[in-house]
Amino acid sequence: MTILSLQQVTKKFGATPIIRGVDLDIQAGEKHAIIGPNGAGKSTLFHLISGRYSVTSGAIKLKGKPIHNRPPYQIARQGLARSFQVTNIFPHMNVFENVRCALLWSSGYRYSFWHLLGKATRLNDRTHAVLDQIGLSSRAHYPAAELAYAQQRALELGIAIAGGADVILLDEPVAGMSHSEAQSAVQLIRKVTEGKTLVMVEHDMNIVFDVADRISVLVYGQILATDTPLNIRNNPRVQEAYLGEETAGA
Amino acid sequence: MLKKLSIWVVFLAILLILPLLFDSIMGISILNQMAIAIVIALSYNMLLGQGGMLSFGHAVYFGLGGFMAVHALVMIEFETVTFSVTLIPMVGGLFGLVAAIFIGSFSTRKAGTVFAMISLGMGELIAASSLIFVDFFGGEAGVIGDRTFGPPFFGVDFAQDVEVYYLAAFWVFIATLFMYLFTQTPAGRMANAVRDNPERAEFIGYSARRVRFISFCAAGLFAGIAGGLFAMNFEFLTEENLNAATSGRVLLMAYIGGLGYFVGPIIGAVVLTLMNSLLSNYTELWMLYLGIMFVLTVMFLPRGFAGFIMLHQLAWHHGRLKTLALPYLVTGVPALLCAASLIGLIEMSHTEADIFHFLGLPLNPDQLVSWALPVLLTLGAGYATRSSLPQLRDAWHAANTEGKRAK
Ligand SMILES: Nc1ncnc2c1ncn2[C@@H]1O[C@H](COP(=O)(O)OP(=O)(O)O)[C@@H](O)[C@H]1O
Ligand SMILES: [Mg+2]
Repeated sequence: MTILSLQQVTKKFGATPIIRGVDLDIQAGEKHAIIGPNGAGKSTLFHLISGRYSVTSGAIKLKGKPIHNRPPYQIARQGLARSFQVTNIFPHMNVFENVRCALLWSSGYRYSFWHLLGKATRLNDRTHAVLDQIGLSSRAHYPAAELAYAQQRALELGIAIAGGADVILLDEPVAGMSHSEAQSAVQLIRKVTEGKTLVMVEHDMNIVFDVADRISVLVYGQILATDTPLNIRNNPRVQEAYLGEETAGA
Repeated sequence: MLKKLSIWVVFLAILLILPLLFDSIMGISILNQMAIAIVIALSYNMLLGQGGMLSFGHAVYFGLGGFMAVHALVMIEFETVTFSVTLIPMVGGLFGLVAAIFIGSFSTRKAGTVFAMISLGMGELIAASSLIFVDFFGGEAGVIGDRTFGPPFFGVDFAQDVEVYYLAAFWVFIATLFMYLFTQTPAGRMANAVRDNPERAEFIGYSARRVRFISFCAAGLFAGIAGGLFAMNFEFLTEENLNAATSGRVLLMAYIGGLGYFVGPIIGAVVLTLMNSLLSNYTELWMLYLGIMFVLTVMFLPRGFAGFIMLHQLAWHHGRLKTLALPYLVTGVPALLCAASLIGLIEMSHTEADIFHFLGLPLNPDQLVSWALPVLLTLGAGYATRSSLPQLRDAWHAANTEGKRAK
């Protein structure tokens, strides 16, 4: 079943086309990686799906319902969550509050000003469970801004997965981490996205080939190929456009 | 839980005991003003400290609530309506809420500069309309009511200021409690989230605008309650109570007290009310000193008085607070002396009297030698303060790091 579908999506900034007609169908439960050179438009694509940017033309559907040009909070409420390439947390709130806020809507609290969160035992338990998962339990009462970089990335991920969305977009979740940090982050991503749909932008090919069921290669705002990791690796056009230079550089 | 409860019990006890300690006409009058200031400053912090909305027009909701409350008093007087004047603050609150719903519906669309400018514009607009809609605002003369005409409340007719104080204390307690509880709700927590990062808040399901709107309405409600208390206490309102100067004073209170802490605005309200009522008896330059204090606070205590107190948490935690007493004294005494003689200088240059009493010494401002002493004292005390700073810094360092080692 297709859970997320992009149809002829384009995006221009001014006169500059950045996304040039993307068609993509993501299956429910699939782990999908998007790779491509810097500036290809990967983050822009995520911004279009999650509602940060409006599309110039085309359609995006989540579970069959159009979501393009909707505000981010409406898309989030339909079960799509995301993380950001540049850490995007609530810096002056502590780690616990960061995660708890990410749980509020999906727990049904909406804009309530009559529930006291101190008494919301289930919510607080779930928050602690997420903190355990992302390994930040011991930092629960630190202001988020005071965390080390890798911990902030873990929190970034925690905010994205806390609400239990069934489609999760992760934009370069392990970028800037050391090798071992990245390894454990990947384990974590695997664990928390189990049974869910994951779309992930990632540069590290080992991680991509390891995690993804399918890969899309985005080059200059267009999808060059969408296929299994093995076929992508052997695709001559992909090698020429992208993988070749990557392996040469590495 | 028990600890939190005991804080509220202590707060209530203080509210009840204060009028016994300051049992004079002036004492009660100041306490009443403090009560009003606490509610408005706390309500302001729902916007700025907790919601990240810098408002230059918060007095609008205070003033509108107050005007409506005076009209309610008049209606009670003429028996158009009959209810106890103890509910007058709620009348103010409801009207403040209505005004906030109306204005907030468009002003909370954005935070930042846009919000600040709209708040300024609305403040000017409402202040200007007070001279146009004379029936409601009473023009330049304002509107006058009388709080003693309502049905007595258990025999109390509010002819005495101290009776008003106890009513105000009740409302301060209720308003403070509910403003605190608001911070513990989903809407209150999301207000913090939107303050920190409105964009990310939208990706976890919340419309930043709606979150701001809810805080804005709550702030309008409590500002209106403060306005109702003002109407009960002073029984008249003028344009001055909702103009930009009043809004500015509210901002000062919250800021000086400390935006980042729930009690901050309470401290600010107490300090500024005291300065306002006491200092203004001694000098017409008190606004100047208030301005200087604000600038110094912004520069050296960006987290306000409450933040300064909280800085000592670590040292206190490890029982090393007393090691700071002596260094504080060594720096504080000359600093106070320096400030006092500087104030003396300012006052002496301002005075028109022939004899100026400088720290008890009669000096003649027309003679040059009279200036030598205060100038020398200012410089000397300033130098002494400066030279003591390294010691204070070391002591501060020791008190905090020593504590860590003990852990
Ligand atoms: N808001 C914007 N305005 C103008 N140009 C933008 C904007 N956002 C991204 N771009 C441009 O779009 C291109 C793709 O950016 P991005 O999606 O971040 O690439 P990637 O994530 O694949 O590295 C870049 O050339 C970038 O400069
Ligand atoms: Mg990117």
